Amino acid sequence: MIKMKQVVKKYTTGKVEFTALKGIDLHIRKGELSAVMGPSGSGKSTLMNIIGCLDVPSSGAYTLEGRDVGQLTSNDLAEIRNKKIGFVFQAFNLLPYATAYENVEIPLLFAGAKAKQRKERVMELLSRVGLADKVANRPTEMSGGEMQRVAIARALANEPDVILADEPTGNLDSQSGGEIVKLFHELWESGKTIIIITHDSNIAGTAERIIKLKDGMIESNGTRPQ
Amino acid sequence: MIPLMTIKQFFNDLRRQKLRSALTMFGIFWGTCSIVLLFAFGQGITESQIKAQRGLGDNIAIIWPGVTSKEFRGLPTGRRIRFTEDDARLIRSKSTTLKGISPEYRGWNVNLRYKKQNTLRSVSGVWPEFTDLRNVIPAVGSRFINQRDMDEKRRVIFLGNKLAEDLFEQEEAIGESILFNGTPFTVIGVMKEKKQNSSYNGRDNRNAFIPSTTFKAMFSRRYVNVMIIQAHPTASMEATKNEVYEIMGERYKFDPSDKEAFSIWDTTKGIAFLKTFFMAFQYFLFGIGVATLITGGIGVSNIMNVVLEERTKEIGIKMALGAKKQMILLQFVLETLLITAVGGILGFVFAHALIQVFPYFELEEFIGTPRINMLGSIMVVVVLGLVGLASGYFPARRAANLQPVQALKLF
Repeated sequence: MIKMKQVVKKYTTGKVEFTALKGIDLHIRKGELSAVMGPSGSGKSTLMNIIGCLDVPSSGAYTLEGRDVGQLTSNDLAEIRNKKIGFVFQAFNLLPYATAYENVEIPLLFAGAKAKQRKERVMELLSRVGLADKVANRPTEMSGGEMQRVAIARALANEPDVILADEPTGNLDSQSGGEIVKLFHELWESGKTIIIITHDSNIAGTAERIIKLKDGMIESNGTRPQ
Repeated sequence: MIPLMTIKQFFNDLRRQKLRSALTMFGIFWGTCSIVLLFAFGQGITESQIKAQRGLGDNIAIIWPGVTSKEFRGLPTGRRIRFTEDDARLIRSKSTTLKGISPEYRGWNVNLRYKKQNTLRSVSGVWPEFTDLRNVIPAVGSRFINQRDMDEKRRVIFLGNKLAEDLFEQEEAIGESILFNGTPFTVIGVMKEKKQNSSYNGRDNRNAFIPSTTFKAMFSRRYVNVMIIQAHPTASMEATKNEVYEIMGERYKFDPSDKEAFSIWDTTKGIAFLKTFFMAFQYFLFGIGVATLITGGIGVSNIMNVVLEERTKEIGIKMALGAKKQMILLQFVLETLLITAVGGILGFVFAHALIQVFPYFELEEFIGTPRINMLGSIMVVVVLGLVGLASGYFPARRAANLQPVQALKLF
């Protein structure tokens, strides 16, 4: 499903060059639930962004479902982000002026779905995350847990195979966080490939596999939680 | 679908960012409004000035007597050259480019009296053609001097409209009898009100006109004070003037190139100058207009840049959710176009409204009636549209070229 070979990512800020990823080799199979851990600045988010096609590697090869991402155009990448990958952010990243309904609808609009289909799908997704009664609420009228559930519904809109979550519970209290983690487990059980970045070893403990990063390199890969 | 989202988002934005959107729109509104008004008033002033200049007469020249300055066939310089009515007839019969001619005798301080109203005015003795030459048009229900008045040396008088008001106030003047230095004259006409901003003997609206034959009989004058000539529209005034010098030179034995034998005021030169002047004036306004538009455009593009910074995160989110570059571009371009269009239309409507109510301010006497210049307005709209497009497109392209993660982090 996801294959990386010697992936390097460098950032240049002014004259300072910073290497966030120093040659990552990684293989994630379809249907796996992986947790990515590591201290701040270890390159977790950078790795996640590259997996999610939000960014491109400086060198090395990344293949997603057999396609070499490095060879794709920006429109192809947009298509992948739209249909193949669902991204859940720590900061939710909902559009502030849009209602829960409208936020979930966005990926469907970009996919060109018909109005009737969109309506059915949005309602289905929002009830799946338990927010059928908050359809018309804007982000400012929702709690953090609710916002994150809207974001998950949005990530699921086009039935992606892969769900990427960058510290999805980082901004939530433990109860809301627990509900979110539960949601991810349900998704995993329905056959999605899930990758979660987390600091929380309790959450990591529920994963099939833990990938530990340090200084832009993989420290340990595939260890089962102890 | 996407445009619909955009429009929806545009109105959402309006609500969310009231001040910013209001300022942007106000910039465009103000630019459009001021340019449309600028052109409208420019046009109005130009038209009213040219109309006022024409109040003296179309395509005419005024001839005064003079003194010769060149020796001619043994005759010395310094001879006075004056004209009679016969000279005017001679010019009329010999000139090929002349359209009309009238001599004008002038009497100053003529006492005009109606009942108890009493005034001292300048009175001209003229031919019937004078009405066309000098645009002294009779108001409704009245007439100018005609050939029978001339032939019978009738005691009839035509009054300038202000003079008629002075004498008759609200009363009907036509057909009434007034005393002209004690002699009764019948009022045959009153001048239709006109604009006049130049003259050689006061404004026509306070002068009075009688037949030249009557004048001659009353004042026993031999020489006329001035002659008014009008060139044929197809001929140039220059040719007509030369003909007059030729004809008069032959009659009074002076060198036709002696321009001091009599002096000519060619009013067509004034109109030509005025037209050039106002052409330059229009270019000047045009320049100001373009500068205003550029300033407005820079304003819009600046605001769009700020908006873009603010909305980079939103762009990042949309790209993360699968928006293609074209969609992002389209959204921003549409949004700028909408702001520009709404501001532009409001400015246009407001300018129109101002021009509609303008007559109630009663300033037309001084600056004329403003007139919307359609071509100019269309140009404003087109330029604004282009400015809107450019100022929406370039910053949006910059944002859409970012990697989604950059757009997300830049916030």
